[in-house]
Amino acid sequence: MGKVIVVTSGKGGVGKTTSSAALGAALAQNGDKVVVVDFDVGLRNLDLVMGAERRVVYDLVNVIQGEAKLAQALIRDKRLETLYLLPASQTRDKDNLTPEGVEKVITALRKAFDWVICDSPAGIERGATLAMRHADVAIVVTNPEVSSVRDSDRIIGLLDSKTLKAEQGERMEKHLLLTRFDPARAERGDMLKVEDVLEILSIPLLGIIPESMDVLRASNVGAPVTLADNKSAPAVAYFDAARRLKGETIPVTVPGDKRGFFGKIFGRKAA
Amino acid sequence: MNFKRFFSRPASAPAARERLQVLLAHERVANGDSDLLKTLRDEIMAVIAKHMQVDGDKVSVKMERGASVSTLAVDIEVPFDGGKKAA
Repeated sequence: MGKVIVVTSGKGGVGKTTSSAALGAALAQNGDKVVVVDFDVGLRNLDLVMGAERRVVYDLVNVIQGEAKLAQALIRDKRLETLYLLPASQTRDKDNLTPEGVEKVITALRKAFDWVICDSPAGIERGATLAMRHADVAIVVTNPEVSSVRDSDRIIGLLDSKTLKAEQGERMEKHLLLTRFDPARAERGDMLKVEDVLEILSIPLLGIIPESMDVLRASNVGAPVTLADNKSAPAVAYFDAARRLKGETIPVTVPGDKRGFFGKIFGRKAA
Repeated sequence: MNFKRFFSRPASAPAARERLQVLLAHERVANGDSDLLKTLRDEIMAVIAKHMQVDGDKVSVKMERGASVSTLAVDIEVPFDGGKKAA
């Protein structure tokens, strides 16, 4: 039986889809069988970030409504044979997601895959609550910025009350993935520090993904960042996060200020 | 931005941290465990009222979420002669 993970945040634009694709690919690169499910019905984007936008025939809503079989809707990645995508519908809206339908799909996927990664839409409405409903583990994606931290706190509250696990009186395992982190800004005192966010949200840290051009570059070409450039700083951070998900204990490092003195002076970029 | 201003500018992250801590302490009570807290508050009040007089407005019940444990803080202001059983 596979593990179901929800990648969620409340706020939009913090890196849920990027992180879902990168972690999914990182786990698949390790040989695990992974499916990444796009729950953002009406505004799908995971297909684009993973470079499969022209191969979408059927989607999650088609499967839920019985118009297609699950196997017909699953898209196998062209680069990694153990990585699959279940796209969201672009034309229908989120009301087409039914709790029973989602449960059926997740149950089937759990049997066939090692990891079922649910990429949640932003917000706290139906799409987001259904994406987290069946999760065993939640990854809360947060930027070191006030509105993102506030929304993450709200989402943590929902994870502890509106999920199946919570309703059965079990404890939802939650992890913080701090994305778009800029160590130089944090050092200058103009960005919340890692410790600040951890203290406020009080959930364990899965990883710190540095703000990086490599993330944008990867999405431009339609590859998860762990596939686009597996030596880049964000890719390395995602690989480490994936290993922690598998239960390995690796110390979390604040991503690299490896630039030397001259690098610091001349390499200051407008991130 | 001029050079001098860049270096004299105070750090803004501590303000972000403090504002969040204050805001979230309120929002957690309002959103999350509100039903539980209300029940706890009413029941704790009922037990205490058996033994002393307490003003309902002077009771605060707060839940703080921690990494491994959460704490429940109950703060009750007891009047000077509150020890006497309620008449």
